[in-house]
Amino acid sequence: MKHSFEDHTSTIPAVQEIPATPSAPRRMTLNMGPQHPSTHGVLRIVLELEGETIITAAPDIGFLHTGIEKEFEQKNWQQAVTLTDRVDYLANLSNNLVYALAVEKLLQIEIPARAQWTRVMMTEFSRLNSHLVWLGTHALDIGAMTMFFYCFREREDILRIFEMFSGQRMMTSYIRIGGLALEPPRGWQQVVGKFIRAFPSKVDEYEELLNANPIWMQRTQGVGFISLEDMLDLGITGPMLRGAGLNWDIRKSEPYSSYEKFDFKVPVETSNDVWSRYRVRIQEMRESAKIITQALEGMPEGAWQADAPHVVLPDREKMKTQMESLIYHFKIVTEGFRVPAGEVYQCIEAPRGEIGYYVVSDGTSKPYRVHMRTPSFGNLQGLPKMLENTLIADSIAALGSMDFVLGDTDR
Amino acid sequence: MNHAGVLETREAFGETTLIVDPAQIVDLCRHLKDSEKYIRLSGITAVDLHPAEPRFEVIYHLHSIERNRRLRLKCLLSGVNPEIDSATAVWRGANWYEREVFDMFGIGFRNHPNLVRILMPIDWEGYPLRKDYPVHGYKYSYPSE
Repeated sequence: MKHSFEDHTSTIPAVQEIPATPSAPRRMTLNMGPQHPSTHGVLRIVLELEGETIITAAPDIGFLHTGIEKEFEQKNWQQAVTLTDRVDYLANLSNNLVYALAVEKLLQIEIPARAQWTRVMMTEFSRLNSHLVWLGTHALDIGAMTMFFYCFREREDILRIFEMFSGQRMMTSYIRIGGLALEPPRGWQQVVGKFIRAFPSKVDEYEELLNANPIWMQRTQGVGFISLEDMLDLGITGPMLRGAGLNWDIRKSEPYSSYEKFDFKVPVETSNDVWSRYRVRIQEMRESAKIITQALEGMPEGAWQADAPHVVLPDREKMKTQMESLIYHFKIVTEGFRVPAGEVYQCIEAPRGEIGYYVVSDGTSKPYRVHMRTPSFGNLQGLPKMLENTLIADSIAALGSMDFVLGDTDR
Repeated sequence: MNHAGVLETREAFGETTLIVDPAQIVDLCRHLKDSEKYIRLSGITAVDLHPAEPRFEVIYHLHSIERNRRLRLKCLLSGVNPEIDSATAVWRGANWYEREVFDMFGIGFRNHPNLVRILMPIDWEGYPLRKDYPVHGYKYSYPSE
């Protein structure tokens, strides 16, 4: 079948976004990326330099665009959980959670306490995972190679815990609509307990390596400044804002999944540079460890899936003995469950900032539209402002402190 | 909300949606930012209601940190030459979101400083998130079709 393009092509402007030649003499255009190692993914930045000073920086994104939002419209509601993992591949469980919460809001089903607490624990693990990767690679960029090995050592333990719970190290899809994918495995308390008791001393080790390290201090302090007003105007969220003195964390301001029952602090720093973002993330790791300890000690008993037979697959044994369960099983497996028509916007505090899913249902068994407001996309928009009139050597530290993931940006 | 641009207010799932006259969107946004403290624009997106008419919904998610409130604005646009004023004059952060909507839905934003594709290649044909755009794109055809 042949399609006509005429009506589509007419409105595309033939303007190239990025200037090919410098705007003034004595200036130089430098292409950074898309395969530059310190861009952590496939990001291209076109810098206009005067000497070593950056005059303008133009990020060019889209290299990792995989059409996930289009794909959502082809899958049924529960199948689409697997797509959310692949958006931000360092904070998969945060993406699982926000999608599940959004759809559960439309379905208006109640999630049992045990599932909610397990969700909190797992998303905090994914925050640790993400911050550890950030700290390791960021320190590596600035020249501290040991940090990388230290951080990835702990990250490996976290990935093993993910594997124990879900069977997968990275693409967990563990948080499903209606509860969890599997019952928490036997003996998880010992494994999580052992890790979380040792973890604070590991964070001490990182701080010992970095806090009084003159190279680290010189490369981070006073670097990467961007004013709070600019950040709010440009859509930056998360640790970037808390590093500039704004006490705003969605876990506190709009609690979800029983976060209000946990006791933790929101770390805030005021110096608004790479150093303060490092301090915020280090303290967030300590707070996450506290949350995980509370979840471990106070984990409620009971069901790990909602009492919603039209959404949750029935117990295997019941399916074989009860007619009703068999019918539900058949319906869910063959066509998927239907979600009442409506629209919701659900947001959570991910490691990088605000993840918001805007989910529209037309009453069928497939999402009509899912839009992901991802923190990396919003944060990256502030990059040109942040790099303006700074030195090119500082740009590596500055863009690393934003902690973006290109899969999250491009979707 | 006492503003001439608000046509209707809807409440659902604890969220407020204002249906807004597209001609007054920038004026309303400025009013919400200056007087109602919605200093953050959380995002802009669109929904294609093909084949219904008006075909497109442009959605704005606003957030006020101070009041801890969220608000959704919705503008309905016709499928024939859809265009709306850009909100970049109110929030600079609207820039990339509007480019994404343009890229995916082909909705034009008047007075936008740099309205070019952002995620798709610059010479891409068609608008992928429109409902009449096939999943595998236009460029490839399969024997079964």
